[in-house]
Amino acid sequence: MADTSLFTIFMEGVFIKNFLLIQFLGLCSFVGVTKDVKSAAGMSGAVVFVMTMASTASYLIYTYLLVPLKMEFLSLISFIVVIAALVQLVEFVVRKNMPPLYRSLGIYLPLISTNCAVLGAVLLNVRSDYGFAQSVLFGLAAGIGYTIVMLMMSAIRERSTLVSIPSAIRGLPQAFLIALMLSMAFVNYFWVIPI
Amino acid sequence: MNPLSEFIRGITRDNPIFGLVLGLCPTLAVTTSVENAIGMSAGTAFVLVFANLFVSLLRKQIPSTVRLPIFIIIIATFVSIVDMIMEAYSPSMYAALGVFIPLIVVNCIIIGRAEAYANRNGPFYSVIDALGISTGFLLVLMLIGGIRELLGSGQIVTFGHTLITLPVDPSVTNMILPPGAFLTIGILMAIINYQKEKKRARGE
Repeated sequence: MADTSLFTIFMEGVFIKNFLLIQFLGLCSFVGVTKDVKSAAGMSGAVVFVMTMASTASYLIYTYLLVPLKMEFLSLISFIVVIAALVQLVEFVVRKNMPPLYRSLGIYLPLISTNCAVLGAVLLNVRSDYGFAQSVLFGLAAGIGYTIVMLMMSAIRERSTLVSIPSAIRGLPQAFLIALMLSMAFVNYFWVIPI
Repeated sequence: MNPLSEFIRGITRDNPIFGLVLGLCPTLAVTTSVENAIGMSAGTAFVLVFANLFVSLLRKQIPSTVRLPIFIIIIATFVSIVDMIMEAYSPSMYAALGVFIPLIVVNCIIIGRAEAYANRNGPFYSVIDALGISTGFLLVLMLIGGIRELLGSGQIVTFGHTLITLPVDPSVTNMILPPGAFLTIGILMAIINYQKEKKRARGE
């Protein structure tokens, strides 16, 4: 087990190893779902939830099932199955018990099972050799970092729809150039804070 | 439908990055150098070719209601193979690409081609399509990797050979850091959009 303190893991997950801007995980949703703040918030809520759950479940499966049976080579396949099953389960529970939340998250939940951010968090947990509390916290922190960037990005894009720019830059190039500014802020600002 | 035009289509009109806009995560994350770009494309190409081949061979047996889980299992099998081969035979490349080799499994290019092409066409054309798409992916990754490596470190070094050296040291280290990826792809996409618009304005 890695002896990284929980505070360090939290700060790393949210800022220093930010999934969207530093590690480039989950970019499909980053450019696809950030056209307005409401859908970005819905997607982020779903990702935080699934990422925390997936980190918990995959830690338990990896440590208590795959390692004792010496079947680590199956880890990738089992993680994918776990995430897909988890997303289905979350969908059932939310639809039955919280219909308003389901109406706002509904369409984003299926997208998550192929979101590389969730699988990335799970794989990074295994590679960093994190313990139970560390894994769960890293999943949660990565989700929070994802949320912060998604909200900033969607707010900027929403306000920049009325700006007059050359039509060649409108759309995806513009999104990438906004991401450039955000990324520069994250890289240069959070790298100088020693933790 | 002839094999050559199907192959070219993967590089031009259905180019995975600029045409279909799929698989952005590896495109931006591993293009810090040409060498990493080649390694990543090779891994993706292997998985894409075999996934397309097997999906195409099994397309009449796969029930359409559960096709996506089956595609994912097929893809995950080949990704595990690539993961183990790379870890065994080129550990330095494996360390540089890190978590992005196992993440090929959720690369939208592969599941997208399985769903959109291999599920409807025969094995031969599916493999041709996979080869075309992989070539398109390789060219874009090498282009982005080349620009970033050249501007970031002043020279392009691939497998021990120095290909190009800039006369002055630019030392724009931000090009190798994450912002450089966003800048490069943003500008390239803007140029391609501009060309497309010019073509449309000429009425082609």
